[in-house]
Amino acid sequence: MRSRETERGSGLVAAVYALLLVLLVVSTVYIFAAHIWPMPPAITRVGHWIDEQYHLTLWVTGIIFILAQLTLAWMVFRYRDHGQKARFVRGSHILEIVWTTATLVLFTTLGAMAVRAWAQVHFISAVPGALQVDVMAEQFTWNFRYTGPDGKFAPTAPKYYSDANGNPFGIDPNSKDTDDIVSPILVVPVDQEVVLHLESKDVIHDFYVRELRIKQDIVPGMNIPIHFTPLKIGDYHIMCAQLCGLGHNRMHSMMRVVSESDFQAWLKKQEAENQQ
Amino acid sequence: MSAQPHSVTHHSEAPKSFIRRYIFSTDHKVIGVQYWLLALAAVTVGMVLSWLFRAHLAWPHLVIPGFGGQMRPEQYLALVTMHGTIMVFFVLTVAPQSGFGNYFLPIQIGADDMAFPTLNMLSFWITLVAFLVLISAFFTSGGAPINGWTSYPPLSAVGSVSGPGQGMGETLWVISIGLFCLASLLTALNFISTTIEMRAPGMSLMRMPLTVWGWFVTAVLGLLAFGVLLAACILLLLDRLAMTSFFVPGGLVFNDTQPALAHAGGSPLLWEHLFWFFGHPEVYIAILPAMGITSHILSNFSRKPIFGYKAMAYSLCAIGFLSFTVWGHHMFVSGMSPYSALAFSFLTLIIGVPSAIKTFNWLGTLWGGKIQFTTPMLFAIGFVSLFVTGGLSGLFLAQPSIDLPLHDTYFVIAHFHLVMAVAAIFGIFAGTYYWFPKMFGRRMSEKLGKTHFWFTFVGAYLTFMPMHWMGIMGALRRYASPGGLGFVARMAPIDIFITIAAFVTGAAQLLFYFNFFWSLRHGEKVDENPWHATTLEWSIPSPPPHGNFLAAPHVYRGPYEYSVPGYTEDYLPQHLTPEQVAQTAEAGS
Repeated sequence: MRSRETERGSGLVAAVYALLLVLLVVSTVYIFAAHIWPMPPAITRVGHWIDEQYHLTLWVTGIIFILAQLTLAWMVFRYRDHGQKARFVRGSHILEIVWTTATLVLFTTLGAMAVRAWAQVHFISAVPGALQVDVMAEQFTWNFRYTGPDGKFAPTAPKYYSDANGNPFGIDPNSKDTDDIVSPILVVPVDQEVVLHLESKDVIHDFYVRELRIKQDIVPGMNIPIHFTPLKIGDYHIMCAQLCGLGHNRMHSMMRVVSESDFQAWLKKQEAENQQ
Repeated sequence: MSAQPHSVTHHSEAPKSFIRRYIFSTDHKVIGVQYWLLALAAVTVGMVLSWLFRAHLAWPHLVIPGFGGQMRPEQYLALVTMHGTIMVFFVLTVAPQSGFGNYFLPIQIGADDMAFPTLNMLSFWITLVAFLVLISAFFTSGGAPINGWTSYPPLSAVGSVSGPGQGMGETLWVISIGLFCLASLLTALNFISTTIEMRAPGMSLMRMPLTVWGWFVTAVLGLLAFGVLLAACILLLLDRLAMTSFFVPGGLVFNDTQPALAHAGGSPLLWEHLFWFFGHPEVYIAILPAMGITSHILSNFSRKPIFGYKAMAYSLCAIGFLSFTVWGHHMFVSGMSPYSALAFSFLTLIIGVPSAIKTFNWLGTLWGGKIQFTTPMLFAIGFVSLFVTGGLSGLFLAQPSIDLPLHDTYFVIAHFHLVMAVAAIFGIFAGTYYWFPKMFGRRMSEKLGKTHFWFTFVGAYLTFMPMHWMGIMGALRRYASPGGLGFVARMAPIDIFITIAAFVTGAAQLLFYFNFFWSLRHGEKVDENPWHATTLEWSIPSPPPHGNFLAAPHVYRGPYEYSVPGYTEDYLPQHLTPEQVAQTAEAGS
């Protein structure tokens, strides 16, 4: 009696369930395939590598997603209770070995292929002569510092921090090096490598520019360098990606990638303002 | 039976007084229900909080009563923080492990109670106090904490100088989590001792239901993980209250105010390591019991043995072991050594292998079955679908280079909600619909249950799938509003869609509340084994008496003997003696 009760209506439930799973697959594949909501274009070579790896992973996971959800849909519909007898199977050693090995090989291969971009970001240092910029993050603003004409950063200490006096980096007022340029936005020349030295004066922040494909926490007490070479002129948002307090979502600035000549002109202008 | 000192040896009477019987009870079943009800209260609060912040994200100018005008950023962050903390600790840890585990682990292994009943009672009451302490943070003058459920220092360590919510609210958060850790440690000890010491004769490890394997491995994870978080919480509390510097480096200046804070020499990364050393096992603490429940139910309603029982048991152990080696994948962008990132990346990808084994075996269990679409079965199948979808996005985040653009975006929110939050909730629903008849002697309404399922299944996908693309486009989590970023502001239609989906899904949960409480009194009465299942809980009356078993149980076979050839019924319970089996077979032939 009980089996008849569960059998009744099982066709409809199975069909609806299977249909929903098919809809899930179709809509997901459509949104990815039609590039309805894509990543913004990358502007560095490493960014393109990361995108390649992302797309490879998208293909691999996409195929597994489609196969797994459709298999589930098929199982649900095909093996609904319509009065048949269940097959008595305890498992299969061969199948266990096959799918264990297959996933192990697939996943670790994927991981191995991802190393290249990571190595370029973190294991390889910037070329000598790359543009050096100090970054000081604080609740809830960004500060950028360039060496000025002497090519050297002036010495700093926390006791000299004073945003009110235009000295967010805490440059030693007694130092003879007075030509450092401090800016609320990051201006960099196109096609030239840039090294950012990331520091925070209060809590953990995170330097995030979507088009660079870079995200790096800025940890108080640490100086973390990151480097990249932007290949496309334009304005890009710098955002804080690590919860830093009530103004977290307002903590953004601009990375302005300009031509070499525009960059030199900008530096000149900043130096002139420094003199005043 | 007296030769079995560790199995059922006594049937003490249930206490007579109401308070000893239902409030300060040492009966594992009452404690299990208490945990379950605590999780229900917690999930209700957590869900309402999510509605509030979802409403704000969709309609930023909306004036919600009680917020003194439009929602301020710190109010938004407090909601997010409390939502995450309540859900992870007081729902996803409490219901599947402490709730169902307490009720059914002893019964499924043939024991009359937990190994340490009084300790068990104590664990529950400490957990309840922890919950009340957390909730009280809402009522402090400085407001509820705003640091997210991860509570990274220095933001969380230096007090009100770093902003609102960092005073008493954050202190209460730390104390609450510390208490929760303590209670969970005691629970873990109890589960482990019970499983090892109190199995009935014949209940070998390889005859334990996969639910028991899930709870057992989870208890081992809890024992090793909660101790670390407890230590971290004590250190954080000392940093906050005693001006120590475990997590706070020197020279910090807030709000342009000199001199710098008096802390010196601490490391924010230390907290991150300690927190995630707990935090990653924690997501498995939430999901392993749900995996056990799913396996159990899929086998029951496919009328088939679980496919690859041993592979299922071993893969639970493998996931448990590996879960302690992957915490660094939460820290790819933290500033830790980029070389260690590679090790964490590979270990994370490898933990995908036992997860995949489980999925294959679930599909193998359905294959060739005779699937009965009861409400618990619908949720168990839904668990498999959600686990696949949420698990696959983990393959992106496990690769450090792809994590660079996706870290801390809505992609991560989509990932962990599908794979551990919603999936675990599906495990909880499946378990509730499945065991309700055993716990209360009545069945929940199938009609309401199925309606609840369809809304929840479709609603969960509609809520969380779009977040993948928001993350891919670069939308960051923990943003109270687009904050002037045009590309985020242009995602407003997606936010509105998600919020409506979340509201509808949330509203559909009223069906569950109604079904649950209505069925307690009016549900169809059932006998001891309404699902024609095989494990020991179905061999005793519904609801089970104090002491569980009328006669000491003996186990003769594995837990999933369904549709055994040559046997008349399509289920062969673990407790039937070979003689009883032979008689039934004769009577049938």
